Order: sequence, then structure tokens, then C-alpha cells
Amino acid sequence: MLNIEQTPLDEMIKDAVRTFPDECCGFLLGKEENNIRTIIKIQVVDNAKEGDKRRRFIISAKDYLKAELFADENNLQLIGVYHSHPNHPAIPSEHDRVAAQPYFSYIILSVMNNEFDHIRSWRLNEQQQFEEEKILIQQLN
Amino acid sequence: MATVIIPTPLRKFTNNTAKLNIQATNVQDVVNDLSFNFPELKRHLLDDNGKIRSFVNVFVGDDDIRDLQNEHTSLKDDSVISIVPAIAGGSL
Repeated sequence: MLNIEQTPLDEMIKDAVRTFPDECCGFLLGKEENNIRTIIKIQVVDNAKEGDKRRRFIISAKDYLKAELFADENNLQLIGVYHSHPNHPAIPSEHDRVAAQPYFSYIILSVMNNEFDHIRSWRLNEQQQFEEEKILIQQLN
Repeated sequence: MATVIIPTPLRKFTNNTAKLNIQATNVQDVVNDLSFNFPELKRHLLDDNGKIRSFVNVFVGDDDIRDLQNEHTSLKDDSVISIVPAIAGGSL
């Protein structure tokens, strides 16, 4: 189960639409208790892929180290990564799977014709295959 | 002893330990020590030929070991080694 607070959700959608038709990317920060993850904050980072960014994203090692440090200093956990699939459903590709890390949640936002369409989250299982993770949006009080 | 920082996704293979102190004179010593003490971590660090996986970056301080002497990069007692998973993907 992956809870997402409204503010980080809005920020991910904004990033995905802003970067369309390129892929956006960033980090998910939050807490994990009793196998329930809650995304409290996101960190937007540049897509470091050189050239065409419409079908690929790369996060630089320096941005990764900054995210780990930020999580440590703010008593948060680095829970995963989000990226967008412009004009494509939020289903991980083989390229996503091969590059995926254990433990991390991988949120994918589908953006169709410059408008946010849907969001899904995935995690690797022990067989290195993606399994969908149920998302619950936490509404603001 | 050198300090090794384990990235979040790999901490489940190091008993949730984020920082380890390892007696090492070069990066290969660190890799050997981690592989010996944490066998589950090994398959995420090394490929079938025993080389550091292409999806794993190793930094000594602020420098990628690929810009130094790779596994032969020398370490000091106060060296900080960061294991950094490559984060990438895409829709096709």
C-alpha cells in the first residue's frame, strides 16, 4: 500500500505536465510503517538523459546522493522514484524493469496530449519482476 | 577505517545498516569485504564476472571511481565510499 499526500501528488502531476513531451523524474520521500508507505514530499530532479528525453530518463549520481543526504537530514526515508510516460500508459517497460532497484516504489504518471491521465505504482518482487502497488491518495483536511 | 555508505534500496541486504566501517586499502578490498559479509548484497553489486555492475556507481568522496583507478582506487582511513545505484528507465 502506498499513501500519497495531496501536495506531493499535485507536484508530481505539475512536473509531468510541465516537461511533456519529455519524461520527468524525481524522488519520493516519506515514511514506512507496518509495510504501509506514505509519500510526504517529492524532490524534482533534472532528467540527465542526453538527447531525446521523450522515452528515457536518467537521474545523475550526484542528484541521487543529494536525495539520500536530504532524507537523512530531514528524518525521512528515500522511498522511491517517480517518472512520467508521455503519450504512453503508466506500465513499466522492460527498460524500467532492468534498471529498477529492489525496495524502491516506482511511480509512473501517464500524460496524454499534455494532460495528466493516470498514475500507478510498481515494486520489484523477489523474482525481479514488477508487481503493482495499490495507491491511496490522502485528501487534505 | 574507511566509511562505506549503503544506499537505501540495498540496506535490506546489510541488516538495515546505512554506514559500515571497513578496513581497506583500495575499493576492491571494500567490494570483497561486502561480498563476504553480505552474500545477498553481492549479486546486486557484482556481475557474473565479478566486476561492479554497470547499474552501480561507486564514489570515493565526490569522485566516481571510473574517473579514478576503478577498483584499484586507493583509500585512506578517512575515505568515504558511497555506493550509488544508477536510476534510469523509460516508456519503451
